[in-house]
Amino acid sequence: MIRKLLATGSVLAAMAATPAVAADMSACLITKTDTNPFFVKMKEGATAKAEELGIELKSFAGKVDGDHETQVAAIETCIADGAKGILLTASDTSSIVPAVKQARDKGILVIALDTPLSPVDAADATFATDNFKAGELIGQWAAATLGDQAADAKIAMLDLAISQPTVGVLRDQGFLQGFGIELGDPNKWGDETDPRVVGHDVTQGNEEGGRRAMENLLAQDPMINVVYTINEPAAAGAYEALKGIGRENDVLIVSVDGGCPGVQNVKDGVIGATSQQYPLLMASKGIEAIKAWADTGEKPEPTPGKDFFDTGVALVTDKPVDGVESIDTAEGTDLCWG
Amino acid sequence: MTSDTKTANGPADYESALTSGPQAVAAFDDHRHGWGQKIQHTLHQTPSLVPLIVLVLSVIVFGLLLGTKFFSPFALTLILQQVQIVGIVAAAQSVVILTAGIDLSVGAIMVLSSVVMGQFTFRYGLPAELAIGAGLICGTLCGYLNGFLVAFVKLPPFIVTLGMWQIVLATNFLYSANETIRSQDIAEHAPLLQFFGSKVNVGGAIFTYGVIFMVVLVLVLAYALRQTAWGRHVYAVGDDPEAAKLSGVQVKKVLISVYMLSGLICAFAGWAMIGRIGSVSPTTGQLANIESITAVVIGGISLFGGRGSVLGTLFGALIVGVFTLGLRLLGADAQWTYLLIGLLIIAAVAVDQWIRKVSV
Repeated sequence: MIRKLLATGSVLAAMAATPAVAADMSACLITKTDTNPFFVKMKEGATAKAEELGIELKSFAGKVDGDHETQVAAIETCIADGAKGILLTASDTSSIVPAVKQARDKGILVIALDTPLSPVDAADATFATDNFKAGELIGQWAAATLGDQAADAKIAMLDLAISQPTVGVLRDQGFLQGFGIELGDPNKWGDETDPRVVGHDVTQGNEEGGRRAMENLLAQDPMINVVYTINEPAAAGAYEALKGIGRENDVLIVSVDGGCPGVQNVKDGVIGATSQQYPLLMASKGIEAIKAWADTGEKPEPTPGKDFFDTGVALVTDKPVDGVESIDTAEGTDLCWG
Repeated sequence: MTSDTKTANGPADYESALTSGPQAVAAFDDHRHGWGQKIQHTLHQTPSLVPLIVLVLSVIVFGLLLGTKFFSPFALTLILQQVQIVGIVAAAQSVVILTAGIDLSVGAIMVLSSVVMGQFTFRYGLPAELAIGAGLICGTLCGYLNGFLVAFVKLPPFIVTLGMWQIVLATNFLYSANETIRSQDIAEHAPLLQFFGSKVNVGGAIFTYGVIFMVVLVLVLAYALRQTAWGRHVYAVGDDPEAAKLSGVQVKKVLISVYMLSGLICAFAGWAMIGRIGSVSPTTGQLANIESITAVVIGGISLFGGRGSVLGTLFGALIVGVFTLGLRLLGADAQWTYLLIGLLIIAAVAVDQWIRKVSV
């Protein structure tokens, strides 16, 4: 504890010292919260890269997920500060657009990290995981693992929130497509007609929500044998619910994120497979792009065929299947965050 | 002179005067009649009756609509499991609200206590028994701070606990570094932390220790509030603190004890939560303050203090649980649950106001 305090102290001291060294160029990182390990890792990646390139980085975060006001105030602060670029993970993807426009009008490069703005071209560029692809990988893996049984699987869908945020919809629809289920409108979940989908419920992306949602769906059909989860905490909660009725060993759980506790759960067999995303890479690439913009005036290009720059995704599992590329948990642990 | 009078109109006269007077005990005359007044009167006497009726009705309605899918021992006890955390926290909230206070920090105290239990075990390697003790003390201390600020510094409970909510939550995130401790690690090294997750199976009905704890806690609190001097003082403070003070109630002590008890119960809720979700997660349960107030209000405890019963709170929590599971099983969009619970809250306050008029 004391060592931790000392470490925090020295980080603060270092932060206070940097402006004197590289005051000529600054950039901002604005995340949804500064407590979620995903964003903590993002900040680490951005800070390390900024230090390397001699850029002064200022970090801002909302108080809670969904804290839009603080993010707007942060953008205004960055404009006033004369920043060259802003890396932004928006809490409210459409309401933030006017503030982003203000910044871009002042010649600031704005890059959306992780979460695309709506519309996506409201930012100069988007560096993110291909969430649809992430879902598709676990869908393909689940279908291949079940083999012939996939034809009469009973699937529970544990989604993020009722408001159907883009990240949750993309993963959900990707999974269904990968599993071989016909989609309705790909922009929303819940409109599929395939009888293999038992139902959807929402988890808020945490353990408690995951458990409750799983219990609700099990009450509808106790013979569920495939569980899609929006992220690994929800998967851990779903596992507890299955354990509650003694079915933890005959149900396939798949997930998305690639956090360290999640990868550990794959290793232990709690989760069958998870799709791993790379927040550190998003942030460091973002800082590099700001540097390039400041030096040459060049904007980053999206990945060919997509409307964003894809920072990659990998399937982590210890039970690989033919036709779906994957890495094992040892490699996943080296790359995990949180 | 005086002694003469006394002898002349001696004690015997008082006695005879008494016997010639009316024998009936003083009572309020009730000149109103009809079903409306009678029901109103009964409800006034037994405040937990309204939520109980609503609970039974909603169980019957969902039972008719869904059949055995809902009306099975499994599904009905599942509701108990799903409301256990909110139920325990709402019991703490009830006691505070009875004193005309409010505790917005309950959810945060619960999460921090569970994090203390987890971190003391895994970061410092303490035995689980000690870590749990530390977690319970942590919750009680947070409650003591609330109580001290309310009783001695005389700040409004809403403000105190609004501030405490943020302080405790921030402490929780800073201290835990928002790291989750995994269920498997806990099961292996400190199974006692998951104690409340253990189950008793009675013919398809599954009761966790957490559920049993919730029910016992509510019964004990209901007894203590009704039958002990402390309990009556809690009601008195909530009804009229000045009058309570004048009649010899140590208002400050009662307030502090109430907030400390609330903190302690929240710490137990944190322990029960580890049992339910398996892991120690700093991000869970943050809406428990709102959910607990919802259960209290639907359960018929007056937000203005001094009226209501903790049994009603349990029924209130169960009503929310029945609606949530019932509507999900019917395949309704989850928004409908929120809409109906919103209506229930407003209806509950309206009923409370109507019942109050009986004593006017």
